[in-house]
Amino acid sequence: MKQGHFEYLHERTWKSIEAILAREADAENRKRLPTLYRALCQHLALANERRYSLALIERLDSLVMRAHQRLYQQRASHRLDPLTFLGETFPRSVRQHARWLLAAALLFYLPLLSMIAWLQVDPDLIHALMDSDTIASLEQMYDPAQQRIGMARDAETDLGMFGFYIFNNTGIGFRNYASGLLFGIGTLAILLFNSLYIGAAAGYVTQAGYGAAFWPFVAGHSAFELTAIVISAAGGLKLGFSLLAPGRLARLDALRHAARETAPLIGGAAAMFVIAAFIEAFWSSRGDVPPNIKYAVGAVLWTLTLAYFWLLGRRRGA
Amino acid sequence: MLDTTFEIQTPEGITLKLRPAGPLPRAQAWLLDSLIRGLLLALAATPLLYFFGRAAFGPVAVIAFLIAWFYPVLFEVLHAGRTPGKQYLHLRVLHDDGTPIGWTASLLRNLLRTIDFLPFLYGLGVTSQLLTRTFRRLGDIAAGTLVVHDRHAHGPRALPEAPPLPPPEPLTPEEQQIIVAYAERVGQLSEARAEELARLAAPILHRRSARRDDLLRMANWIRGGS
Repeated sequence: MKQGHFEYLHERTWKSIEAILAREADAENRKRLPTLYRALCQHLALANERRYSLALIERLDSLVMRAHQRLYQQRASHRLDPLTFLGETFPRSVRQHARWLLAAALLFYLPLLSMIAWLQVDPDLIHALMDSDTIASLEQMYDPAQQRIGMARDAETDLGMFGFYIFNNTGIGFRNYASGLLFGIGTLAILLFNSLYIGAAAGYVTQAGYGAAFWPFVAGHSAFELTAIVISAAGGLKLGFSLLAPGRLARLDALRHAARETAPLIGGAAAMFVIAAFIEAFWSSRGDVPPNIKYAVGAVLWTLTLAYFWLLGRRRGA
Repeated sequence: MLDTTFEIQTPEGITLKLRPAGPLPRAQAWLLDSLIRGLLLALAATPLLYFFGRAAFGPVAVIAFLIAWFYPVLFEVLHAGRTPGKQYLHLRVLHDDGTPIGWTASLLRNLLRTIDFLPFLYGLGVTSQLLTRTFRRLGDIAAGTLVVHDRHAHGPRALPEAPPLPPPEPLTPEEQQIIVAYAERVGQLSEARAEELARLAAPILHRRSARRDDLLRMANWIRGGS
């Protein structure tokens, strides 16, 4: 068959596909896309086999490409369903990575707690870790005489701090995870730095006698913030480890698998950072709430967080 | 092969040919996107800060956060793999099986961008692109994505009219294809260049020389009317 005749026979099919792709076709015609697409694939194969002109092959080729894009668009990965994600996917993924979480938690909490303990015994150590400006601002932040606690709040609104916490903390979480790509070293470094820094700040403030302001302040948001740090670090560690010890996969394939599996971790951690920012800005900073209530709320939030990861998404096939 | 074409077998038994985009067009797209992001932030922040003063600091920080981390993700997923910069340069992100990019892959490749950016201005990213056959930065490798040149289909142009003439010798399918391709392109060539190219066809026609008009007639014969 000569090309001219071939084009004459099938031009209508191609035109209908083009109309569907341009979203000009009605619902009835749109349903025909799979059938038309299969016909189109056959035409392309024929055109290739018969060595029709390159321009025709090019046209059919790009039409196939576009139809393929449209046909395979409706994949599950395109639906964004926050309820399913937070109710099932995220807690499941966290449980699935229990060992990585344990590793990240140990790497985070052990240095943090050691730091707090050490500073009670040897307060001068703080000068080896922070410069005097930072220390001064810590003292000023948690001075019990203040109405508002936390970052410098001369006149500034809680809303401002909310934005700042989201921008800063979530960004740190994202970087923490992404640095896993550097064979896990990046994650390890960021995790340890934050662990030591938070431990040093907490230890110093407590030792300096400002604990009465500091601990109620952090009680509220700590459940979400610290857990989110640990979760994003767990993802980063797994990412890095997949490069170091790929097992039976090729190194880059192992990385792909690890990335796909840890994606829910970092997505969920981002949500937790946002919640933590909200609590930190609007609840933790309130100086007019008695410490005991803050401790109680903190305990409830810790319980809820742990229960969330323990219980949710266990139903089968949900 | 020197070609960078990346081929994917689809379930329909068809091979999709993708053309991965190299560092240069991608850098241009990134630069354009960076400008747009800066502009967006300025447009959103200026009136907020002007009217609400320091009270707007929070919302502005949230907007900056969203633009910094989610601008590419939202555009890639909701705009068929194209940020405005990519669209301008006719680029598109796809899963490496040729399907449209989804949330997971887009989030991954854009989070890992921070590492590709190291030590400065995409040092690792460009190195990785140059080491992989399909120009992938680390984020692309981990997320299983591919940045490709978009295809714009201009179908076969009508051949210049000429009375059909059978070739003097039987031609192989490839030779026929070349002659038709020549006839389809001839409108874009200058007279002298068209004749010059036509002379190259002399050997396959077993002639001393070949002229443009002869080739056009043969092309019409090979292609056939409707």
